[in-house]
Amino acid sequence: MHPYSPHTEQDIQEMLRTIEVQSVGDLFDDIPKQVRLNRDLNIDNGLSELELKKKVKQLAAMNLGTEDLTCFLGAGVYDHYIPSVIKHLASRSEFSTAYTPYQPELSQGTLQVIYEYQTMICQLTGMDVSNASLYDGATACAEAAFMAHASTRRKTIIVSKTVHPMTRKVLKTYLTYKGLNMIEIDEYQGTTDLSHLKQAVNKDTAAVIIQSPNFFGLIEDMSDIESWVHGHKGLLIMSVDPISLALLKSPSEYGADIVVGEGQSLGNTLSYGGPYLGFISCTKKLMRKLPGRVVGETSDIENKRAFVLTLQAREQHIRREKATSNITSNQALNALMAAVYLTTMGRQGLKKVAQLCVQKSHYAAKHIQALPDYQMVFDKPFFKEFVVKTTVDSRTVNDKLLNKGILGGYDLGDTYDRYEQCLLFCVTEKRTRSEIDHLVRELEGIK
Amino acid sequence: MNDYNQLIFELSKPTRMSYSLPENDVDDSAIDEVIAEKYLRKEDALLPEVSELDVVRHYTLLSNKNYGVDTGFYPLGSCTMKYNPKVNEDLASLDGFTTLHPLQPTSTVQGALKLMYELQNLLEEITGMYKVSLQPSAGSQGELAGLMLIKAWQQARGEGHRNKIIIPDSAHGTNPASASMAGYKSVEIKSNDNGTIDCEALKAMMDENTAGLMLTNPNTLGLFEKDIIEIERLVHDAGGLLYCDGANMNANLGITRPGDMGFDIVHLNLHKTFSTPHGGGGPGSGPIGVTKALEKFLPVPRIVEIEGHYDLNYDEENSIGMVKSFYGNFGVMIKAYAYILTMGKNLKKASQYAVLNANYMKEKLKNHYILPIDNCCKHEFVLAGLGENEHHITTLDVAKRLIDYGYHPPTIYFPLIIDSALMIEPTETESKETLDGFIEALIKISEEAKTNPVQLKTAPHHTPVRRLDEVKAAREPKLRWK
Repeated sequence: MHPYSPHTEQDIQEMLRTIEVQSVGDLFDDIPKQVRLNRDLNIDNGLSELELKKKVKQLAAMNLGTEDLTCFLGAGVYDHYIPSVIKHLASRSEFSTAYTPYQPELSQGTLQVIYEYQTMICQLTGMDVSNASLYDGATACAEAAFMAHASTRRKTIIVSKTVHPMTRKVLKTYLTYKGLNMIEIDEYQGTTDLSHLKQAVNKDTAAVIIQSPNFFGLIEDMSDIESWVHGHKGLLIMSVDPISLALLKSPSEYGADIVVGEGQSLGNTLSYGGPYLGFISCTKKLMRKLPGRVVGETSDIENKRAFVLTLQAREQHIRREKATSNITSNQALNALMAAVYLTTMGRQGLKKVAQLCVQKSHYAAKHIQALPDYQMVFDKPFFKEFVVKTTVDSRTVNDKLLNKGILGGYDLGDTYDRYEQCLLFCVTEKRTRSEIDHLVRELEGIK
Repeated sequence: MNDYNQLIFELSKPTRMSYSLPENDVDDSAIDEVIAEKYLRKEDALLPEVSELDVVRHYTLLSNKNYGVDTGFYPLGSCTMKYNPKVNEDLASLDGFTTLHPLQPTSTVQGALKLMYELQNLLEEITGMYKVSLQPSAGSQGELAGLMLIKAWQQARGEGHRNKIIIPDSAHGTNPASASMAGYKSVEIKSNDNGTIDCEALKAMMDENTAGLMLTNPNTLGLFEKDIIEIERLVHDAGGLLYCDGANMNANLGITRPGDMGFDIVHLNLHKTFSTPHGGGGPGSGPIGVTKALEKFLPVPRIVEIEGHYDLNYDEENSIGMVKSFYGNFGVMIKAYAYILTMGKNLKKASQYAVLNANYMKEKLKNHYILPIDNCCKHEFVLAGLGENEHHITTLDVAKRLIDYGYHPPTIYFPLIIDSALMIEPTETESKETLDGFIEALIKISEEAKTNPVQLKTAPHHTPVRRLDEVKAAREPKLRWK
């Protein structure tokens, strides 16, 4: 017997009698002998709960996380404060142990949460419609590019090099195998080179993808982009940091057609890269091109308000090869965490988080650039991340910071040849003045 | 309780709050001093303004309107709704895992990398594949990555013209959808009367443009593709590759392995076979395993081990590239790893009992519902509803009436090749008593179909909402609150 198997010997015998076979092994007689595994799996015997905990806790103890280190690392994934209520509500097993809400009568909880999540994403982005979530920010961007291709029937996606490098890598993979083209637009002093972009947009352009705040933390000047893209009947896709939208102009005000982003910041733990959630929202016009699950409001036979998966004619289980996407599982529980986060922070709290990010990051930037060995690389408005160039070796800087218990900035030399010796620092609302002062003091001492 | 019917936005009242943040301890500069006004938003995003108790009560009440594996029997076919062990949740929420930034130096995350590396090894042994990548986020992304690998391999051999993927008519809808996303044309192959692949038809379809065959084994009817050896030969002889949709791996653990069956690529659903909770629609995790010949095309980064030290390798020129940011759904992997360590060699028992449970139910139900193919099944089986009947009771009616009896209905109207399908997958973690209760309910419903059809047509009766107007939802889409 095993805690996860309730079968007693008596149960097994009774069931075999019903089936009219001699042994459990007989139920596998139809598997050709040549492909059967005629040995035990080479896996250790099962562990007790006590042994398991001990073993896995040892692995956890081999890591240093943001509870051990002061985190100034961002680059697309952020150490924001996560209120306690989130874990408690996301742990409710009526939510966590349910499947996709195929039977709406038994799934009003999940369905309503997603409906509220969709509403909040629309409130932040200013767009008309949101889906129930995608895998992460990068795949959401790739799905948006596919939407643009399906909607315009054009094959070229233009993407700024200030878009997150990993997002561009994922985009490249998706586009290559689908047979679509990707053109990258260089950056000029940290933001999209607008004159190059203007030249590149033409009648073959399915979409232009701009990230703001961009990978360097800078706010992009969006004022003309929309007219160039729409002038050629292409679509404008924006990738955004949802926390920044409490303060910054919404993508809809810039005329975006599709808005995507990484939703991890919204109450999801760092968890070494996942699970997170990608969000995607769009104009009403593009609604039927959206990938993935969408929840809509309707009523039941007693005219009571109710929620249900809708517009399913877009989806793989109905349309098969003609579906807008292959996505089935999304990140429903992560979207729930995002919804609870946005509810908990609320209208005022999210603004406060965003303000603190701006104030603290600017405080840090001011004091770091005052150091003799560091200078700000860009002179443009930023939200919570900024780039400094160091005359000391950037790897040495991060190594020495780590020795002092500080997780330093992202080394831009890893992805941009032009920015060797440049570090992208991130300062969220979690960092205190004394932590920032500590960072500055340590930087000053590194030679 | 079940009557709770408010949206969080309807509870909102200006100035109420549920957040708590420290006071600003640096210069209190005005935002528009550092960010020009033209970049700033003029109107607030109208997020809710509620108290902390409002938040907790609202979402708790909503959870009460939901049904999970912890609530009751959930025999959703092809979804493997087995018990989700609680200790795995505790382990995945350890600070030593949840607080790791994915871009930290690898020297600070050796435990995480070791766990992932060991999980890869375990999955390689379980699938019989040469190498596993944990990067794909879910089964369908595993499929997409797998199809990209097929293309990359064929392009490298100068056979980039192969543009056709063969997919059985019983396959999951994701298969053809993934093929389209990978730039392939999918061609459907009809199942034979036994519900399996017709080798003669397959032979006729294989040509110089065939890139490969996607196969689920056991298939979605719960039947083992007995001709797998012949199928493998036909596909490989024609220069194609064989892809295994591993959604039904719960029938095979320790019994037969995709690698030994000759598959070149398999994806696994950690949220099905390996017990991680499905979260109401994710997060999942969809690792892929491949043969030695395909290893170099796997997504980057790859985890490498050098004398007990773990690192991430992004430099593999043949790789299809990244399919997702970072390394996959790490939080889900921890739970699957813990599950495999807990089960050990008992994994085989899990599959044996899953198959025993399914066959037991099939035997008990086959005289009350139409059983289109009466062969020994694997972990799931498919009934074709009640058939023609006086009161026109449909599979939908049966499913909705099951809710009245306290059960989550099986998958319905899938696979598409069985009319009025009820696809039942009990899983191994359910007891005989639970199965008997469900069987009894289904038999009662088959009698009610004759004696009390109205009860079925109007079901469910005791849920927070009754049957919904789904046509209205699609015709006049209302996708957000205003």
